[in-house]
Amino acid sequence: MENTRDYLKLERSQEWREELRKSLKSKDRTSLIRVQMPEENPIERAKSHIEVNRGLTVQMAVEEAKRCLDCPDPTCITGCPVSINIPKFIKYVEKQDFAMAARTLKETNALPAVCGRVCPQEVQCEASCFYTLKLKKIPVAIGHLERFVADWERNSGKMYIPDVEPSNGIKVAIIGSGPSGLAVAGDLIKLGYAVSVFEALHEPGGVLKYGIPEFRLPNEIVDVEIDNLKKMGVEFINNFVVGKTATIDDLKEEGFQAFFAGSGAGLPNFMNIPGENYNGIMSSNEYLTRVNLMNAAHDDYDTPVLMGKNVAVIGGGNTAMDSVRTAKRLGAKRAMIIYRRTLEEMPARKEEIKHAQEEGIEFLNLNSPVEYFADKNGRVNRMRVQKMELGEPDASGRRRPVPIEGSEYELDADLVVVSVGVSPNPLIPQSLPGLNVSRWGTIIVDENERQSSIPELFAGGDIVRGGATVILAMGDGRNAAAGIHKYLQNKNKK
Amino acid sequence: MNKIISVENLSEDVVKLEIEAPRIAQKRKAGHFVIVKLGLKGERIPLTISSADTEKGTITLIIQKVGVTSHKIALLKAGDEVTDVVGPLGQATHIEKVGTVLCAGGGVGTAPLLPIVEAMHKAGNRVITVLAARNKDLIILEKEMRLHSDEVIVMTDDGSYGRQGLVTHGMEEIIKREKVDKAITIGPAIMMKFSSMLTKKYNIPTEASLNAIMVDGTGMCGACRVSVGGSTKFVCVDGPEFDAHEVNFDELLQRLGGFKEEEYKAYQSYLDGLKKVTA
Repeated sequence: MENTRDYLKLERSQEWREELRKSLKSKDRTSLIRVQMPEENPIERAKSHIEVNRGLTVQMAVEEAKRCLDCPDPTCITGCPVSINIPKFIKYVEKQDFAMAARTLKETNALPAVCGRVCPQEVQCEASCFYTLKLKKIPVAIGHLERFVADWERNSGKMYIPDVEPSNGIKVAIIGSGPSGLAVAGDLIKLGYAVSVFEALHEPGGVLKYGIPEFRLPNEIVDVEIDNLKKMGVEFINNFVVGKTATIDDLKEEGFQAFFAGSGAGLPNFMNIPGENYNGIMSSNEYLTRVNLMNAAHDDYDTPVLMGKNVAVIGGGNTAMDSVRTAKRLGAKRAMIIYRRTLEEMPARKEEIKHAQEEGIEFLNLNSPVEYFADKNGRVNRMRVQKMELGEPDASGRRRPVPIEGSEYELDADLVVVSVGVSPNPLIPQSLPGLNVSRWGTIIVDENERQSSIPELFAGGDIVRGGATVILAMGDGRNAAAGIHKYLQNKNKK
Repeated sequence: MNKIISVENLSEDVVKLEIEAPRIAQKRKAGHFVIVKLGLKGERIPLTISSADTEKGTITLIIQKVGVTSHKIALLKAGDEVTDVVGPLGQATHIEKVGTVLCAGGGVGTAPLLPIVEAMHKAGNRVITVLAARNKDLIILEKEMRLHSDEVIVMTDDGSYGRQGLVTHGMEEIIKREKVDKAITIGPAIMMKFSSMLTKKYNIPTEASLNAIMVDGTGMCGACRVSVGGSTKFVCVDGPEFDAHEVNFDELLQRLGGFKEEEYKAYQSYLDGLKKVTA
């Protein structure tokens, strides 16, 4: 940790940073107003899949960058799971050297354009910003600036490809090409390893592709970041299920010396209530995969998707918001969130809730489904819902929803998307009998280096956490990459 | 990309493809399936592996034209490529010596039954196979089945080949004739439902290989969920084979029709398109 602090200090003492700090008084910086992210009109955007947030203009970004005080003790960095040197990149924005700002992001983050869009900055870097902690003011818009820099670089046509050390020929296999796997790949390729990423689906990106919708994260942006990793030398192998197409033992025989399992969230959870297997009731994974990965809403694609007039999405997380907003865009008259607690306890990002509200999503909070009904063909057409009230806090610290007796009522719903969490993907644990897993099926790893009970296997993201965010998965990936590096250096020294 | 080595039409609507997939050929066991996607805009569909050649590095798939994707696949020629093939997926069939095994294959369900018949026979079981279809044209793999069965009975609905009658007639005849220790049924859901009802009556442990709708096929989407013994299971990772007496076939039948309207419309417009091209 000392090293990091010294490095940050050294960077901060560079002449250009000092000059920049002197160019504007702190008082003038703190009196600036935080930039507002320009957004597409809610009525228009709810009819299409265009991105909601339009991104900052150059002028907006530079003005916002001025708010950053370039603190001697940049607490914001401690809030970032991948430890981006935040003040450095922001000061480059202020200096209008956006190319260098982009390089700074890429020192520690393989996917800045993704993180700038989907990270919950409000509970991470921005929650640890000096403005938030000490001034009790609105924090610097770190997330918006990150996105600005990444987009600027992509649009400049001159993408910086980070330097890669000469190849050491040591083969590392990464299982899953979602955010954690891509983060591991980005770090290990820089260190000279021969990195192969095995993806079960027909294209790489994991949840970034099949899960998060276009209006929040266009697939094209994910492809550009993956392309950069390819340019750095990462090999991507699609249609390959490790544990099935080949086992870890097979891959060892083929020369792979270390493995990272980032196989993600598997089986969707259902509520096990009557009628839940009627047609027209599906998991958010299925709904979003059909629409996002398979382009099912386009006539010239072969995958079908069911359309609904009255769509009920069960749950209050980001995935629920993504599903309900997708349903609205696909023409739902009534797109509803049915959530058993209140807005306050909702795990979705505030921004997503706000966007959903603007787009006319109905929130039926303190409600929980108890039964579904279907027409003669077995297609859901109505549901019975029970009202809830909040009781004592439960293990998660949130107040527990308690059903109100006799409060049930019925509701029209011809499409129901169940978004109440996932269980870890069972394929890797199933194929490795010696692996330590929790009773929920998640892989147990060492907290720092992300090493599992099988020394050459490291793991991170949802297969370890059970269900978390893109950036936490990426943080795991970075730690695992460091762990793998240490493990392989020791092993090959002997 | 997986190259097609050979194509053989088994009947007007049923085609047999041999596809290059060396890793899958190496790993597959009876009961496994693959997910296939054709073209950049194609859908992902599950297909059971009928056989494999580890030396040539190929797998064999048998497909019946029922919709857009299967129709497109049926039009492929040797030398063409299948965009995506992933597998082997699912749990392999549990093979052991139990005595006499009665295997029932309905229509194109005969294809996934073949490797099971083969493995059961190899394990030392007496294997009696009943092949059933609507008509003579839809009876497939009879020769291969005879190779690995002690006895093969062919049933057709219209009596155009073998004996006239349903699969259950052929099965019941055997059950009444001799002691059957285990039954396996693969075919259309309705056929599996009735053959399972029959073996339940006689208390014969029975496995059915379910043909649910899937998207990813790796346990992520939940489209393939079925009720088995009252609890929800996923065909792609828990199956495809289940205790047939515990499967809720009515629910399966209903769920298989989940996209019927969409599929019908898409198929009609695809066929119209084909007509225009050939006109």
